[in-house]
Amino acid sequence: MKYRAEITTQLKEGMLDPEGDTIQRALMHLGYDVSGVHTAKKLLVELEADSTYDAAEMMDEMCQKLLANPVIHNYSIKIQ
Amino acid sequence: MKFAIIRFGGSNCDMDVHHILKDVLNVPTDLVWYKDSIKGYDGVVIPGGFSYGDYLRAGSIAASTPIMKSVKELADDKKPVIGICNGFQILVESGLLPGALRTNIHPKFCCKWVNLRVENTDTAFTSKFREGEVVRIPIAHKEGNFFVDNNTLSDLNSRHKVAFRYVDSGGKTVPDANPNGSIENIAGITNDAGNVLGMMPHPERASESILGSDDGRKVFESMVEYALQG
Repeated sequence: MKYRAEITTQLKEGMLDPEGDTIQRALMHLGYDVSGVHTAKKLLVELEADSTYDAAEMMDEMCQKLLANPVIHNYSIKIQ
Repeated sequence: MKFAIIRFGGSNCDMDVHHILKDVLNVPTDLVWYKDSIKGYDGVVIPGGFSYGDYLRAGSIAASTPIMKSVKELADDKKPVIGICNGFQILVESGLLPGALRTNIHPKFCCKWVNLRVENTDTAFTSKFREGEVVRIPIAHKEGNFFVDNNTLSDLNSRHKVAFRYVDSGGKTVPDANPNGSIENIAGITNDAGNVLGMMPHPERASESILGSDDGRKVFESMVEYALQG
């Protein structure tokens, strides 16, 4: 079966996000009163797997090995 | 004795390191494409640059190439392995060194001279320095903000694995001397055995007095001495 996985990697809670902070300041310069901006990266991966469960397992391994850096990132996996 | 400088697509400090090792220190040194072999070499340099355009995360793509397995084998064999700037990013991404290099606290590329304090002279790359010596070596990076969790940090400190810290000219680790937000002003770390070093500053850009400083030359001189003894 063909699956499409949506991977989101994001800095862990409390981890400094200078890009997000800079965007927040820019929004505030434009007059928007936002209390936080957090950056995240989204990857769409197409893969073959026997089941949704298997696809999720494979994606988890790929996140651990390459797609996320477990030292600083949390990640989420959505299989479609 | 022979050293290898590994080139990935996007490495760009390879020729500078080659010049210092080959022309300044007269050590036989080869530039080795990442698809070729580094077997039989007595030391390895992973130079700076923007390997694979810093796609995904700086260093992550190069870290997944097969040659990094050979680098691990050489490191296990106690050969000296140094990663400079993007090379440091590749070493943490491949797990040879702990931690991560995040985007600088001021999220832009930062290229300037910094002062470093030598924290440990008992490594393959710092034996020619005096402990506590303050040296001038430039940095040039956007992702050099070193981070480790608290447990790893205490391990780095208690086992003397911090090689360099960013300091002011008086040798103090003040916040103003920290160019990128690195935890505890850490600029370079080693593995347990002290034969693998990762550092954000560029010693090859400070290895001849005509460049404004030759403090960085001691990194390579130490490496040569260590390899000769090995």
